[in-house]
Amino acid sequence: MSTWQRRSKDELAARVARDIPEGAIVNLGIGQPTRVANFIPAEREVILHSENGILGMGLAPAPGEEDYDLINAGKQPVTLKAGGAFFHHADSFAMMRGGHLDICVLGAFQVSTTGDLANWSTGEPGSIPAVGGAMDLAVGARQTWVMMDLLTKQGVSKIVSACSYPLTGLQCVSRIYTEVATLECTPDGLHLIDAVEGLSIEALQGMVGQPIQVAAP
Amino acid sequence: MINKIAASVSDALAGIPDGATVLIGGFGTAGIPNELIEGLIEQGARELTVVNNNAGNGYTGLAALLKANRVRKIICSFPRQADSHVFDALYRAGQIELELVPQGNLAERLRAAGAGIGAFFTPTGYGTAMALHADGTPKETRCIDGRQHVLEYPLRGDVALIKAECGDRWGNLVYRKAARNFGPVMAMAAQRTVASVHEVVELGAMDPEAIVTPGIFVNQVVRIAPQATLGGGFHATPREATP
Repeated sequence: MSTWQRRSKDELAARVARDIPEGAIVNLGIGQPTRVANFIPAEREVILHSENGILGMGLAPAPGEEDYDLINAGKQPVTLKAGGAFFHHADSFAMMRGGHLDICVLGAFQVSTTGDLANWSTGEPGSIPAVGGAMDLAVGARQTWVMMDLLTKQGVSKIVSACSYPLTGLQCVSRIYTEVATLECTPDGLHLIDAVEGLSIEALQGMVGQPIQVAAP
Repeated sequence: MINKIAASVSDALAGIPDGATVLIGGFGTAGIPNELIEGLIEQGARELTVVNNNAGNGYTGLAALLKANRVRKIICSFPRQADSHVFDALYRAGQIELELVPQGNLAERLRAAGAGIGAFFTPTGYGTAMALHADGTPKETRCIDGRQHVLEYPLRGDVALIKAECGDRWGNLVYRKAARNFGPVMAMAAQRTVASVHEVVELGAMDPEAIVTPGIFVNQVVRIAPQATLGGGFHATPREATP
């Protein structure tokens, strides 16, 4: 039996960052995707967008340098790079809806093999729904990537044939980055981009629970 | 002489009626007009519909307005937060109505109201619960250039309460950093817009090329000392000279 290791949170963030090209304008969603910013090489010029009206967002400020008027979508203090700009919310979302944003990276509860996304509500009775900018990002960015753990805490695959949780958008996800593999969502299902070393396609398919085509789409 | 500078918060908020729809700017700690919200609590209007991105944090500002039972309905994109205790309790007790709106639709519905747009089609929310009316019936949809869209209507306010950095007596405004957020579109979308600013300057002192909200969208400007608005647990960096 071959041995393999899961990507750590940082390794997963670095894996996503590797695919972000020079010059891209990128929105990193709240939570795990925020970590990707730490792994974009300094020499690669990437412009980060935050939906509360920032282009050219920088990393977190040094302690004591926080500014209550300069926060990201997760309401954490950030910095602005030289060349950065501020704008109002309607312009910010026009950047998504108008197709100006190259990539957004979002977390997910479930993704279907054809790229349907569920990431805003588990639909539990009594839970308070909150959608934020997820629906606008998911359908607005030119490419929507999901970054998530493949399995739930109960060990169930979050990649499904059809989402059972409330939908965020239809056929909007092009790639799924997980701790064990990177997969492409296409109209005819999943295609393998890469898997961690030593993990066989059979073992991966067993974990995902969905057919995965190995040839490039 | 046109003079939109109000002497006090209570002057600026006088006459807001019960049942008004109040647009409140801000996102997280940035751009929340806390002093105007406190003024609205004192002013006493009830049965309000409030539009904000969130539904209040902690126990001050919007959360205090909710706690005072002044709000009948809230229209927002993200009510559930780690410290949205007041809203959570009211919602679970069935004491407040919630209209959940994707954040981009919220901004665009406000912009549409301000721009006199009758309605607009957007791909956001197609095929999701956001493509349904509150009663569960589907919203109108249309396939445009091969892509499915949902029809969304403007969101008008009777009053907008926003926070800017600097204003003049014509109501021209500039904002500070990401505190701009919903301010400009809310100013457009309301019958009456009240802006708090940290600094009031003479006409002509602001660079006309850099004015973000022209005074046509603003009815009253009230000055609030900057130190009073340091909220959210962050330290302020030294303030640069305002244009």
